[in-house]
Amino acid sequence: MQMDPGLHKGEGYQYGPNPKQHYFSPYSMNGGTVLAIAGEDFAVVASDTRLSEGFSIHTRDSPKTYQLTNSTVLGCTGFHGDVLTVTKLLEARLKMYKNEHNRQMSTSAIAAMLSTVLYYRRFFPYYVYNIIGGLDDEGKGAVYSFDPIGSYEREAYRAGGTASSMLQPLLDNQIGFKNQEGVTKVPLSKEKAVFLVKDVFISAAERDIYTGDNIMIHVTTKDGTETEVFPLRRD
Amino acid sequence: MAALAVDPPRGGFSFENCKRNALLAQKGMKAPTAYKTGTTICGIIFKDGVILGADTRATEDTIVADKNCSKIHFIAPNIYCCGAGTAADTEMTTQMISSNLELHRLNTGRVPRVCTANRMLKQMLWRYQGYISAALVLGGVDPTGPHLYSVYPHGSTDKLPYVTMGSGSLAAMSVFESRYKPDMEKEEGMKLVRDAIAAGIFNDLGSGSNVDLCIITKDKVDYIRPYDEANLKGKRQGSYKYKPGTTAVLTSEVKPLELEILDTQIVSEPMEVS
Amino acid sequence: MSIMSYNGAAIMAMTGKDCVAIASDLRFGIQAQTVSMNFQKVFEMGPRLYIGLAGLATDVQTVAQRLKFRINLYELRENRRIKPKTLMSVVSNLLYERRFGPYFTEPVIAGLDPKTGQPFIASLDLIGCPMITEDFVVSGTCSEQMYGMCESLWEPDMSPEVLFEAISQALLNAVDRDAVSGWGAIVHIIEKDKVTTKTLKARMD
Repeated sequence: MQMDPGLHKGEGYQYGPNPKQHYFSPYSMNGGTVLAIAGEDFAVVASDTRLSEGFSIHTRDSPKTYQLTNSTVLGCTGFHGDVLTVTKLLEARLKMYKNEHNRQMSTSAIAAMLSTVLYYRRFFPYYVYNIIGGLDDEGKGAVYSFDPIGSYEREAYRAGGTASSMLQPLLDNQIGFKNQEGVTKVPLSKEKAVFLVKDVFISAAERDIYTGDNIMIHVTTKDGTETEVFPLRRD
Repeated sequence: MAALAVDPPRGGFSFENCKRNALLAQKGMKAPTAYKTGTTICGIIFKDGVILGADTRATEDTIVADKNCSKIHFIAPNIYCCGAGTAADTEMTTQMISSNLELHRLNTGRVPRVCTANRMLKQMLWRYQGYISAALVLGGVDPTGPHLYSVYPHGSTDKLPYVTMGSGSLAAMSVFESRYKPDMEKEEGMKLVRDAIAAGIFNDLGSGSNVDLCIITKDKVDYIRPYDEANLKGKRQGSYKYKPGTTAVLTSEVKPLELEILDTQIVSEPMEVS
Repeated sequence: MSIMSYNGAAIMAMTGKDCVAIASDLRFGIQAQTVSMNFQKVFEMGPRLYIGLAGLATDVQTVAQRLKFRINLYELRENRRIKPKTLMSVVSNLLYERRFGPYFTEPVIAGLDPKTGQPFIASLDLIGCPMITEDFVVSGTCSEQMYGMCESLWEPDMSPEVLFEAISQALLNAVDRDAVSGWGAIVHIIEKDKVTTKTLKARMD
């Protein structure tokens, strides 16, 4: 148990040599991890379902994945208030696009739009880490990763959120075949992608206190999106 | 004789690095964090003695450093102590008090009392003005009966029939407040302490993994570790065994070691007298 | 900027069947600038006993020297090899003595018990809280990355060959996601009758 030394110094107004500064922070960190992997003709987007703050859990059932269109899923963590705002804004923009053009926005166009949405708030940013997974115009798997102010790039796989640094090295090794000699670089199958997702999340739940409870896994193919829920540690 | 280049340790704390470290801190070099035990610990008095309980997670900021650490420390054969706070402080403080209590026992020739251990702990913690951040639950049975104390980092103590401490103390206390009653049977008491620790494990992010219990009665101590594995590790789906030769090696050197004589046994023979 | 990441380091130890391994990177840097690519961070404390020290390089060397001094005294006094667990207590006391003005280093210990040959690994925090585990321990600037790798790659009862591949891959892939560690790696595999030391080919950027 840790005691806050501030509590013992007497509350209330203090005039004298030691002025006290009060401030309000508009952000908080609600934890959670997202992960996206692109395959030849599929994309996997997964997240854990724990929402927490400090040392307490708000809910065990809050997935951080959002189905934007039939072929695009967004993973979004950070400050939950901003997550809700960004996803609401994106959904409204997508609806407007559909009404105007009578078709769904492509994955690459959603990524470009999200970038401008984020950069619009360059000096009071949304505190969110976004990763988009889906199929591109040719039906190939695509993953786009973002920083909170809109810098983005297309990649083959990416982890984001509180346990991202635990997941990323194993993905480098198992999907990118990094640091391996004389290995045949077989293309990633859907089955291997899904069990890899489960394994890295099992590892992250062991060591990151903000990752746990369940994983929500979305597998997007040309036939639509299949969703699976997989249990994790709950402590 | 030439003096030693390095002074052998003299005991007590050394402050030789303090000035340098303060200088580094002044230049914006943040001092790092030590292991904390975010912890749920608790204890109750039941019909025949005391039950202590603890979780087994140690954290370093938001990362779990140890998944199965032992937080119920030995003080004397009839006294044990749960620790929360900075892990090194709880470990070293309980070791120090354990040693001093043993010396006290050898001096007096009596079974050590819980109130003695409590007094030693609070005087030591008070001396260090809260800078040794150890929050403890001390319990044991001595000739005057079962006793349970909670000891705070600044040196204040409480003597109560049921106590909790650590970041999960509120979760655990909510279980005690609803279900504790005096003179419980052993089984009922163990179940209550397990449930209190489990409440901390599941609802407090600083606590996790297993439940350890220590049941101290007049003539027996049962240290059960783990008593309950509240969470099992998820089963890995794949195997990540690499083919030999996967890692590129630049140089390789083998140093053979000779097996040393590690133990010599002296076999005694009767003295020749004929 | 934390003082622990001023020079950069990555060290881990793993157990196998009747063997243990300890590995470290080889970089010595001053913040973002790499100064050396062959810097020793793992020190021999006995024939089957090694200690790795991550953290501020000046303290790494000071602690290694002070420790060697204490162990030499111990072994002369007792006329026997120090046990890994005893070494852990010595390190713990050395660090906790400076509780209020610590050395900025987090040690990792790997060794075989001189009598029984039982594998032993442990790590300590910078003020000497000991932690003994059955599987693996890590320390350094990319500890999160190393935890992620080890948690997936470690399995019980690995042979020395399998253990070498596991610890090497765990370390190499972890340091590649850290800016201040890497630049080469060294692995020691400790067995009852021999110690195998290998340097690894790694990314040098």
